[in-house]
This record gives sequence, structure tokens and C-alpha cells, in this order.
Amino acid sequence: MPQNALKIKDHADLFNEPEYQALLSEKRANFECPHPEAKVQDVVEWTKGWEYREKNLAREAVTINPAKACQPLGAVFAAAGFEETLSFVHGSQGCVAYYRSHLARHFKEPSSAVSSSMTEDAAVFGGLNNMIEGLANAHSLYKPKMIAVSTTCMAEVIGDDLRAFIQNAKKAGSVPQDFDVPFAHTPAFVGSHTTGYDNMIKGILTHFWDGQTREEGESINIIPGFDGYSVGNLRELKRILDLMGVQYTILSDTSDVYDTPSDGEYRMYSGGTTLEAVRAALNAKATLSLQADCTTKTLEYIASKGQQVFAFNYPLGVQATDALLVKITELTGRPVPEALVLERGRLVDAYADSMNYVHGKSFAIYGDPDFVTAMARFLVEVGAEPVHLLATNGSKAWATALEAEMAASPFGQQAKVWAGKDLWHLRSLLFTEPADFLIGNSHGKYLEKDCGIPLIRLTFPIFDRHHHHRFPTLGYQGGLQVFVKILDKIFDVLDTKTAKTGISFDLTR
Amino acid sequence: MAALRQIAFYGKGGIGKSTTSQNTLAALADLNQKILIVGCDPKADSTRLILHAKMQDTVLQLAAEAGSVEDLEVEDVVKVGYKGIKCTEAGGPEPGVGCAGRGVITAINFLEENGAYEGVDYVSYDVLGDVVCGGFAMPIRENKAQEIYIVMSGEMMALYAANNISRGILKYATTGSVRLGGLICNERQTDREYELAEALAKRLGSQLIHFVPRDNIVQHAELRRQTVIEYAPDCKQAAEYRTLAQKIHDNAGKGVIPTPITMEELEDMLMQFGIIKSEEQELAELQAREAAAKAKAAAAA
Repeated sequence: MPQNALKIKDHADLFNEPEYQALLSEKRANFECPHPEAKVQDVVEWTKGWEYREKNLAREAVTINPAKACQPLGAVFAAAGFEETLSFVHGSQGCVAYYRSHLARHFKEPSSAVSSSMTEDAAVFGGLNNMIEGLANAHSLYKPKMIAVSTTCMAEVIGDDLRAFIQNAKKAGSVPQDFDVPFAHTPAFVGSHTTGYDNMIKGILTHFWDGQTREEGESINIIPGFDGYSVGNLRELKRILDLMGVQYTILSDTSDVYDTPSDGEYRMYSGGTTLEAVRAALNAKATLSLQADCTTKTLEYIASKGQQVFAFNYPLGVQATDALLVKITELTGRPVPEALVLERGRLVDAYADSMNYVHGKSFAIYGDPDFVTAMARFLVEVGAEPVHLLATNGSKAWATALEAEMAASPFGQQAKVWAGKDLWHLRSLLFTEPADFLIGNSHGKYLEKDCGIPLIRLTFPIFDRHHHHRFPTLGYQGGLQVFVKILDKIFDVLDTKTAKTGISFDLTR
Repeated sequence: MAALRQIAFYGKGGIGKSTTSQNTLAALADLNQKILIVGCDPKADSTRLILHAKMQDTVLQLAAEAGSVEDLEVEDVVKVGYKGIKCTEAGGPEPGVGCAGRGVITAINFLEENGAYEGVDYVSYDVLGDVVCGGFAMPIRENKAQEIYIVMSGEMMALYAANNISRGILKYATTGSVRLGGLICNERQTDREYELAEALAKRLGSQLIHFVPRDNIVQHAELRRQTVIEYAPDCKQAAEYRTLAQKIHDNAGKGVIPTPITMEELEDMLMQFGIIKSEEQELAELQAREAAAKAKAAAAA
């Protein structure tokens, strides 16, 4: 049927119409020269077995669907959380388009960043001129308060030195001498987006803190780490800290820039940690990192300035939130208010109400190391059983620690930790040792389709579901959100399963 | 302990840079300095005389085998040689492939981040040839080498390279704290070599920190994979290296921002010293020779 202007078929339906189906099968038969269907099926079946799994796990020379992104993405995200800050990525344009679209697809918000647009001549002669002209343009066109410079692979391979380049650009008058241009070298071929986040936060703090003297005050700093739920989580975190009456500075507050309202005004910059607050953050009593893996070098630097530093692993659920609040109380002397105690009680009550449905359910989890650790702890806390815990950007040390922790829990006995493995490895693991559910991001939908294991989207990037990032996952309220999301999936699966026979297709569960 | 001192040796390939640096550093070790040598040459021969063997395990080679540089430990890549001098080689790709410059960046970052610089008085970088790309300028970046020593000789190409390296240093010196420590002339017995080296040093706004005379004992020691300091500690040549070491040791903080000259200025200078001749002069000489040959032919006839 041809399209009718009054009733346009969506593409999800359109290509199932007979004329498109005929066209596609014609193309397959005449031009694609495929193997016979039976042969294809044979190979597909073979990839589901143990023999293929062993070959797959021994794989060295290729990575297939890695569950990580590159350093500059983390750097751009980190820089976005500061007041009127423009990310300037020194390198070629395509890379920067990727960070922008990746963040925009997740948050459904515009994500601004500029590139120094290096081309062949810059690769040969070095990118100094691109830096000089780029900074001048970015400064005059977009009028930021601060420009945070990171790098792509190209600038790193040819060895452009950001410190010298930025000073040269300032000398050439691109931006005023006292204009803030912090920087971080972020070679994309080293580490992952969590490394880039670490480098950029450290770069910004170094820029504002070096050469200053510290006078210890009462305030505390909190570094959230790379988090796709930052909008909901930081608002929740601020609510908690305000309830406690704590003086705090969130270092990189992305909650507003990735959630601007539609009211007729375009906001290129919105919210963010003020530069004044970043300067003053040197005087904080302590810095708490909510994601250890995102702040390794940053915390080292902060500790060298004389602050106490503490690292958490994405505080999710009752015990993890408890630990965070206890530490904040210990540092500030502010007690946990009654309102939060009640929230905690309600979360524990929710666990109790639903525990028979989660108990013993098995889960595979993948994502950044802190998220995987947090999620595994959460599942153990509610009586579910983590089976596969995978982080492409996880280190061996991370794997060893998490494995030991899981082994100590009766619910973690089946848990296997996979550091440095990708989603194609996970496919083999799920076929040979299946889990009831899979927790990850949108990329997991192909595993869900292939392995038939229901996917729960709980970490960055979530491209194919909307607005999840507006709700928290951290704290007691966040714990409730996560719990409900998991339960919804469990009940959906149970309904689908029982609908076939009608047996136990119950109204009340 | 005094603050960490970082120096670097640059110079044209084949000038005797590694030999000079290793002999000098061995002499510095005799002054009870704790030293780390970072070889920044894919050939990985900057530490051969200290270790008495060519370093087998370079940072990049091991990183390639392990899959990533993060999987390495400092102990794997640092070997200890003469008088406790710690040696490491960045290594790099085979000629014609890859990017040796990036290798230098990767290796230096790795060493610094993993504590290789702790507990030493000196870090010395030995860098291949010219500053051919950003990677080979890594040791000149801020918070790396404070002084650069250029090893050169009286040959035209060595002088040309020394001037070029000064241009590289100048780029970073104007925005940072790197300085030219001085020129080290490794004698090749060319015409008026000492004067020429001194004149160039002056033009660069720097000093000829030492003139190392030529002595075959260096080759004898080298054949035995040793520095002269170790092979013949009391010989005259060893004393030369000791003098140089002491001069470098006393030169802390005395480096300068170099004033490199143009190619024309360099050529003018070489003409003054009679190393090269002007076109007019060459033409005049040619005509004189031809005239003489003609006269000779006429006389014979």
C-alpha cells in the first residue's frame, strides 16, 4: 500500500507491508548471496555453546561492543557541571560531534561543546594556531565564563602541549590573561570516560587551587562522578544535604544544564558549580567522591592539599546510603534528620513487602565499575543473586575486591566478576550460564533480543527510553526508584509467562 | 634531599650523545647523586654503557605485550646499573611504522605516575636526534626537564641541529621554565672547532659548558660496554667527564632562554670561520683554478 498523506504509517509498520517485504527478500536472494538459512542457524546455535564461549573468552585481537566510552566524553560531561563553562576539545571535529550527540541522545537536551577543528595541516604543523583562533572564536561567540580544554586522540598523538598552547594563545590575545582556561590531556586511547572525568576535574581544581593557601573551613565537597542519572541524583543529593543542614559544594553539578525547561528561552549554560565556589572548595574540610573510579587522581591531588578524602561506590540502597550519611554526620557534626530516617524506614518496608518476588532471582550487571559494584551490593541487600558482573573499564584490582566481597555474602555465591570484557563476551556468558534479568544500558537491548533475558535500563547511556535520568537512583528515594524498576520488570515477566496458560495469572501479587 | 633535578640531552643523531650523557652521568653518580636515566630513543641504546648490555625490556615493548601500559609495574622496566644508576628505555616502533613520539609521551607519563621519579636526585632524558615532533618535545614540557644540554660538534649539520633544537626549546621556554643549560662540544677535530662551538653558544645566548676532547679510550671502553669512568677511572678522559659532570651539577638554575638564529645567520657565521665559502668566493676560486690550468696548458704547449 502506498503511503497516504492523511494516515502516514510509522516506519515500524511501514517496512512490514507486503511491497517492502517483497523488496527486501528480493534483495536478499539476488544481491546478498547469503549462506543457506540452515547453515546460518547452525552457526548461531554454535555461538551459544561452551565451545564458542571458551574461544570468545580467549579472544585477544578484537573488542566487540565495549561497555565504555572514551576519555574526552567524560571530560566534556565533567566540564558541563561548572557555571557557564564551555567545553573546548582540541582535536578534530568528528570526535566532538560524538560527545555532543552521545550526551544529547541520553539527556534529550542540547549539549554544547566546541572543537579546535584540526585538519591535515594541523596534524603536520601542530595545533597551536587552531588553539589560538579557536579560543578567540569560542570566547567571543559563546561568551562563556570559563573554557575547559580537553583533547582528542589526534592532538595527543602529535604531542600538542596544552599548558604551553593555552599560554601562547593568551599571549596572542585570544582570551584575556586572567580568563579561566583549565585543561586536561585526555587521550581517548587510554582508560575510559571515567578516566577523562577524573582528569578534567583534577585539571579544573588544579587551575583554581594551585598557588593558593588553604584555610580549613566547615564545608564539604562532593564529587558525583560520571553519572547518567545526574539530573535526578544531584537534585536528590542536594535535598538530602539541605535537610541535614550541611554546608557543601558539589564539584561538577550537571543537574540543570542537562535539564533546561522549555519556556521560550534557550539556555546554552544553566546552573553548575560557580567558579567562586570552586575556588573556595580548597578550604573545605573534606572531599567525598561518590564514585571512586572516577576520581583516583583527583582525590590524590585533593589529599595533597591537606583535605581528608573519602571515596564511595555510587551509594545505592539502604546500607550504601547509610554509610554516606554516617560519614557526612561524622565530618560535619550534623545529625541525620527525622525525615530521612523515615524515608529509610519506608525503603526497608518496601523491601519487606516485595522480598518474596526478588528473592533468589539472578541478575547479570554491566556498566562502569562503581555502578556494577553498587548494583551488586543492592541486589545482595534485597536478596537477589548477582551472577555476572562485567565492566569493560574495570581493573583487575576492582574485580578481585568485588569477587571477595560477593564471596562473603550468601547471595553472592554465584557471582563472577569480569573485568575488561565486552558485551559480546557477556552474550556467551548469558547463553551458557543464564541469568533471570540483565541490568545495564540501552546497548543491552541486543543481548535481550538475542538471549531472551529481560533488560532493565539503569545506567548511562539510555537512548531508547525517555526521562529516566530525571529520577534519582541514589539515596533512600533513589533506592526505591531502582527497586520499583526492577520489580516492574519482574512482574511484567511473570504476567507474560502466566498469561499463556492463565494459571497464576493473578490480579494481586 | 634537594629538589628533583631534571635534565635532558639533545643532539643530532650519531653525534655521541648517548656516550657523552652516560659518561657524564656515571661521573655524577661518583658524586653520590642518585640518578634515573630515561632513554627516549626507539633504538633503546641510551643506557647500554651503564647496564653493560642493551636494555631488553623497554616500556613500550612490555606494554605492547601486556596489552596496555596500565598493566605494567615500574619494577618491570627499571634496571639498575653502574653505581646504582636506574635505567629505563621508552623504546618504540620499528623504523618506518607507528609513532615513536607518542611512545615518548606514554613512557614518561607512565614512569612519572608510577613513582619511578621518587627517591632520585636526577632524572636525565636522552632524546633522539632533532625535536622532530611534539612527542620528542615531551621532556621539554613544563615540570619536566629544567635544563637542556645540546651535544654538538664542529660539523655543519651538528651546528644546524643545535640551532634547531634551540628553536624547539624557545617555543616552550617563553611559556614555561625550561632553559638551555649549554652546549657540549664532542670533539670531531674539525677546523677551529672550539672557537666555532663557543661562537655558536654565544649567538644562542648560552655557554659552551664543556669541550670534550677526542680520545680513543672512549671507544675502547664502549667496546667493553662500559663508560670511561668505569673502564679507566683515572685516565685523562675520565677527568674530562668528571669536570663536565661537576659543571652541570653547579649549573642548576643557570640556564637561559636561547636566542636561535636564522639559517642565513648560521651560514654567515660558518663563512666567517671558513667552514663554508660564499658563492662569490667559490666562483672566484673556480675561475682562478681554471685560469691556472689554462696557463699551465699554454706553458706546456
